[in-house]
Amino acid sequence: MILVFIETREGKVKKSSLEALGEAKRRASELGQPVGAALIGADMECLNPEIFSCGAGTIFLLENPQLAAYSSQGYTLALDALAREIHPQAVFLAATAMGKDLAPRLAARLGVALASDCTKVEVKDRNLEFARPVFAGKAVLTVKLKGLPQLATLRPNVFPLAEKIETAGEVVKKKITIPDGAIKGQVAEILKGEGGEIDVTEAEVIISGGRGMKAPENFTLLKEISAIIPRSAVGASRSAVDSGWIGHQHQVGQTGKTVSPNLYIAVGISGAIQHLAGMSSSKVIVAINKDPEAPIFKAADYGIVGDLFQVLPALREELKKLFA
Amino acid sequence: MNILVFVKRVPDTESRIRINQETRSVVEEGLNFVISPFDEYAVEEALRLREAKGGHVTAVSVGPEEATTILKKSLAMGVDEAVLIKDSLKETYDGLRIAKMIAKTVEKRFPSFDLLLFGKQSVGADGSQVPSMVAEFLGLPQANIVTKLELEGSSGSARREIEGGMEKVVFSLPAVVSAQKGLNEPRYETLKGIMAAKKKVIPVVTLEELGLTGDDIAPQVEVVRMETPMARQAGRIIPGTPEEAARDLARLLRTEAKVI
Repeated sequence: MILVFIETREGKVKKSSLEALGEAKRRASELGQPVGAALIGADMECLNPEIFSCGAGTIFLLENPQLAAYSSQGYTLALDALAREIHPQAVFLAATAMGKDLAPRLAARLGVALASDCTKVEVKDRNLEFARPVFAGKAVLTVKLKGLPQLATLRPNVFPLAEKIETAGEVVKKKITIPDGAIKGQVAEILKGEGGEIDVTEAEVIISGGRGMKAPENFTLLKEISAIIPRSAVGASRSAVDSGWIGHQHQVGQTGKTVSPNLYIAVGISGAIQHLAGMSSSKVIVAINKDPEAPIFKAADYGIVGDLFQVLPALREELKKLFA
Repeated sequence: MNILVFVKRVPDTESRIRINQETRSVVEEGLNFVISPFDEYAVEEALRLREAKGGHVTAVSVGPEEATTILKKSLAMGVDEAVLIKDSLKETYDGLRIAKMIAKTVEKRFPSFDLLLFGKQSVGADGSQVPSMVAEFLGLPQANIVTKLELEGSSGSARREIEGGMEKVVFSLPAVVSAQKGLNEPRYETLKGIMAAKKKVIPVVTLEELGLTGDDIAPQVEVVRMETPMARQAGRIIPGTPEEAARDLARLLRTEAKVI
């Protein structure tokens, strides 16, 4: 079996978990194996039928009152107990903040290695091979993992969802034993970002600003455009972040986030190597810069050489018409 | 407050990465190695905690002999002592073996501590594995990708980054915390610090001393290939006035690239 951890936030299933489920289904069908999905919580009655239609044959509900809030220790105990019972060949998690927190802890508990933030999974000789960018994408590593289960986190926004089929499978409830005092830390509170914006790692479109934005208030121009395009987010280069123009959670690049949106619009960003590393796997790249020699144009599918303070308002109006 | 802070030697972020296909590894010749940027936030946080609460800070690195350079830098920034866990293997991209070495070192040499601080990932391997693995091996709570840390008595609270917001994690000490950009602004070394660091001896911890055999820490990750991604082809420049170019760009993104 390939087992997929399904992350939920406020009762809603994360899209990146369904992407991981889609990839599990494709690889499991090559291996002739079933797919399981694991959800963790205190008491889970309301099920999301999407999990079946997105690829799971079995849903495991791992329950304990102490699992109401996320804790790396509690969730590790739950997945460890299930893995030791059903012996999956592989366990996939989405490489989200939670997945990246949980997967290595689970790996240590199971005594196996982990392939982090994978962008490709292939079956070779009935074994899985994982490709994962290193150096923020300056190189790509293909690895095999010894030992079972083979544990991997899959990068959001890279793997397509499975083709939906109307189906329902088995639901298995399991009570998880958690010894007293085993959970020494847990989430106490979730603090939303301004306006419930989506993270650059999850966005389908990113419009990023660099040094050419000149001042923090000019990021409003990018925010206005982001507000027009669905599932989009505002990004930034390191120099914009280090200048204090926008929060570091927006930073794209080697000391920020590595992103692969469908569309990346780089505005006033020259294209330093450490920035290019973080966004080169975007499907389509647009560069808007007044310097025709800026390295960013070498990576861009479409470029506009011009003053961003003239181009952006014009682009905003054009996009308004398109999305009207 | 007894703090251990873990630092790694990595190529700086301006580096162009070349690959030796035969060894399936990065060509190190000509690279400039630095302390991994996220580890600097961890060192800074350790120093600030010591300044606020008193105590002792030890910097630890797993790596080759050359990693003493970044331990010297940590000493120059102000840590009290530094230790090198010598690893004869180059980057294996296997966090588990590094975590095993660290956990053993902590158990054997530093049985009494309040906090283990790491960078949220090493720049390069980009794994984000070791902090959580060490936490599991030592049975400690963890808070990763932390931008704010508060410790009070025998407990702590941390703000960590999640998609589209923040999460507050509360935990008991001792604990593992990994630092994200935004946690603080790392200080520069002072001349006095650099001179003092030069004189300090950095003890080396060997695997034998830890009671680990080569088998215990044999890599479980097998690198099949290492490649540089295909360079992107430069596309086209859209001509015209800002209005014309913006109109054509919007149209091309919808009809040709089909991404909006």
